[in-house]
Amino acid sequence: MLLGRTANGLYWMNRYIERAENMARLVDAGLRMALTRTQSASEEWNSVLLSAGSDVAFKQKYSDYTAADVADFLLRDTSNPSSTMSSIETARNNARMVRTALTRETWESINEAWMSLKRMLARPIDERDLPSVLDAIKRETALIRGSFYGTMLRNEIFDFSQLGTYVERADNTARILDVKYYVLLPSISWVGSTLDNYQWESILRSVSAHRSYRWVYDADYKPTNIADYLILNVRMPRSLTFCYRFLSEHLKFLGDDYGERHACHATAEKTQAMLRAGSIKDIFDAGLHEFLAGFIRDNTRLGDEIAQDYRFY
Amino acid sequence: MRLAAFDEMLPEVSGLRRPYSAYDRWLKEQDPARLTEKMQDAERVFRKTGITFAVYGEQEASERLIPFDIVPRIISGNEWRRLTQGIEQRVQALNAFLDDIYHRQEILRAGRVPRDLIAKNEAFLPEMIGVRPPAGVYTHIIGVDIVRISEDEFYVLEDNARTPSGVSYMLENRETMMQLFPELFQKIKVRPVENYPQLLRQSLAAVRPQTTKGAPTIAVLTPGSFNSAYFEHAFLADQMGVQLVEGQDLRVVDGHVAMRTTEGYKQIDVLYRRVDDSFLDPLTFRPDSALGIPGIMDVYRAGNITIANAPGTGIADDKAIYSYMPEIVEFYTGRKAILGNIPTWRCSEEDSLKYVLEHIHELVIKEVHGSGGYGMLVGPAATKNECEAFAKKLAAKPSNYIAQPTLALSTCPILTDKGLAPRHVDLRPYVLVSDRIQIVPGGLTRVALKEGSLVVNSSQGGGTKDTWVLDD
Repeated sequence: MLLGRTANGLYWMNRYIERAENMARLVDAGLRMALTRTQSASEEWNSVLLSAGSDVAFKQKYSDYTAADVADFLLRDTSNPSSTMSSIETARNNARMVRTALTRETWESINEAWMSLKRMLARPIDERDLPSVLDAIKRETALIRGSFYGTMLRNEIFDFSQLGTYVERADNTARILDVKYYVLLPSISWVGSTLDNYQWESILRSVSAHRSYRWVYDADYKPTNIADYLILNVRMPRSLTFCYRFLSEHLKFLGDDYGERHACHATAEKTQAMLRAGSIKDIFDAGLHEFLAGFIRDNTRLGDEIAQDYRFY
Repeated sequence: MRLAAFDEMLPEVSGLRRPYSAYDRWLKEQDPARLTEKMQDAERVFRKTGITFAVYGEQEASERLIPFDIVPRIISGNEWRRLTQGIEQRVQALNAFLDDIYHRQEILRAGRVPRDLIAKNEAFLPEMIGVRPPAGVYTHIIGVDIVRISEDEFYVLEDNARTPSGVSYMLENRETMMQLFPELFQKIKVRPVENYPQLLRQSLAAVRPQTTKGAPTIAVLTPGSFNSAYFEHAFLADQMGVQLVEGQDLRVVDGHVAMRTTEGYKQIDVLYRRVDDSFLDPLTFRPDSALGIPGIMDVYRAGNITIANAPGTGIADDKAIYSYMPEIVEFYTGRKAILGNIPTWRCSEEDSLKYVLEHIHELVIKEVHGSGGYGMLVGPAATKNECEAFAKKLAAKPSNYIAQPTLALSTCPILTDKGLAPRHVDLRPYVLVSDRIQIVPGGLTRVALKEGSLVVNSSQGGGTKDTWVLDD
């Protein structure tokens, strides 16, 4: 038996852990671009902020895109509710609320991540330290994930936690693609343009997939392959299909355990079926942006339905 | 002013006390540098596991540790036996008093306690008149604060009959000590406290409503994760294996209190609540309370839920009632109180007020409804100006205050940079009441870390120690 409020806490705890890490990954991708390009990288930083869903808030505070300001805003600014620091704080508050549902190892890993990031992000980050700060963030979230997978019982507590992780991750991957879809779309203007590999690599890098891509596709970066990898690949842990495979699985466990199906089951299955049947050609033909916008909308609806069906409030 | 205090380890007159002899032998073999290291280890453990408490009104340090000292406070088996007899007697009297006050009020008729003290007391809940809680128990969990001033003199400082806190520190302190010094527990036989959560659970199950069939569903009610004692609420729920609920999780469904789970509403039979009376039911008490459960008092009156501790138990541990405890114990148990009270002047009485005002610099003066060491004056430690300011407050509303002599609380050594140094301590053993009375051998020893200070409250710079009752 699980309180609705506890399920809610587990769900959001994991969404925010995922988000804390995604912010670091986005800054990492932006940083690579800035380092490898000779001209101004402000366009790249703009798309990083768009992917993070933080562009509007950033512009209210700053007029130009600079590496230092964007990194500060996405990593340590507590007035930005999605920054790594805000996210880890929210994750920890949720963990504290549901700590009776967590193993000691899991709670301690979250508490320690919060303590060490709070210390590390207390002062503005020196640009020279940025790479090591990003590494530390990814290491802390990896430790949380490791403790969680290594010690938690695979029951409803685990299921609600995973639902949070995968809803957030699917949203994140879809947003990154949506912000960059013009880079992937082969069009008249693209043919023969000087658009370089870095743009594509940055997409892969922002989901930590630049190396594994080559294991799978064994070739140069190609827009269709990159989109295929991030949308349809069943084995790629940040792809939309991968996320929905696990969302469906955990919802099925809950449905079986409780002996009751809800609206969220139908929604998740529908999206999963659509992804399974789709080919990247069909998606490009119908319009990548339209596809992604629809996906993000459905994914948000799934989150709302889970909250309602399992009495989060 | 420095008080000559009785040191529980090394009294000036008689030398090392027996209960400490084995520990002292061990201590003398230790390298001081290693002990300092262990002290730091302990702090890291506490911080890592999040054993913190919130201090109201402090923005930055919103989560702090209660300092932990690694020198145990040791009580012999004999001393403990004597204490438990006194505590049992007192707890029996407290429950009998509550039952009487909310029913026939014999003690008022007999003139042993003034009627006004009850009728005009905010802690008295008229809503409880005529209500008999399941199994007839009012105060299920009690923390009796005890001070010692000599080899043989123990006094009760306060009866905490509402929602006594601190038991998680008793358990974590022991856990930490066993981690830091496993070899000590092999050398010295210390009675265990670890089974407190199981005892608490059994105790709560035993007082379930008569209407409950089968194993009762138990839950701990917390005001939420921003409450200062939240760690303890979560800790106890976790250790007992029961749900930790907030008011927003609960509602009245079909005459029962039920919690909102992922599968719908599930009935609760026993609620160990850690919220104050006034926040329990917005329909009965504070309409602005967002913490409570509308209608829970109706369910309670119908006998369909056990609330532990029962609403209205505050009337038994009110500081104004405290001074009548010797009469109360005698009235209900027919015997003189085994554990004495500290002599108390009720400032509401004219003669007492006169005495208190004349001797303000010698006395400890407390607000009747205060807690946590706030709103009190320690005369000997206060400046002349502080005393004068307090005297004005006192004269303006005498009935709001009681006064007690400044006792030389016993001391126990703590580890400082310069080695062992004596500091004043008190003791809070925890008592569970169901169809029987159980007292866990140990308790929470609070220690005033500042040299000479008599204020042990954690909110005012107090720390804690592991408390050992020897199996001898």
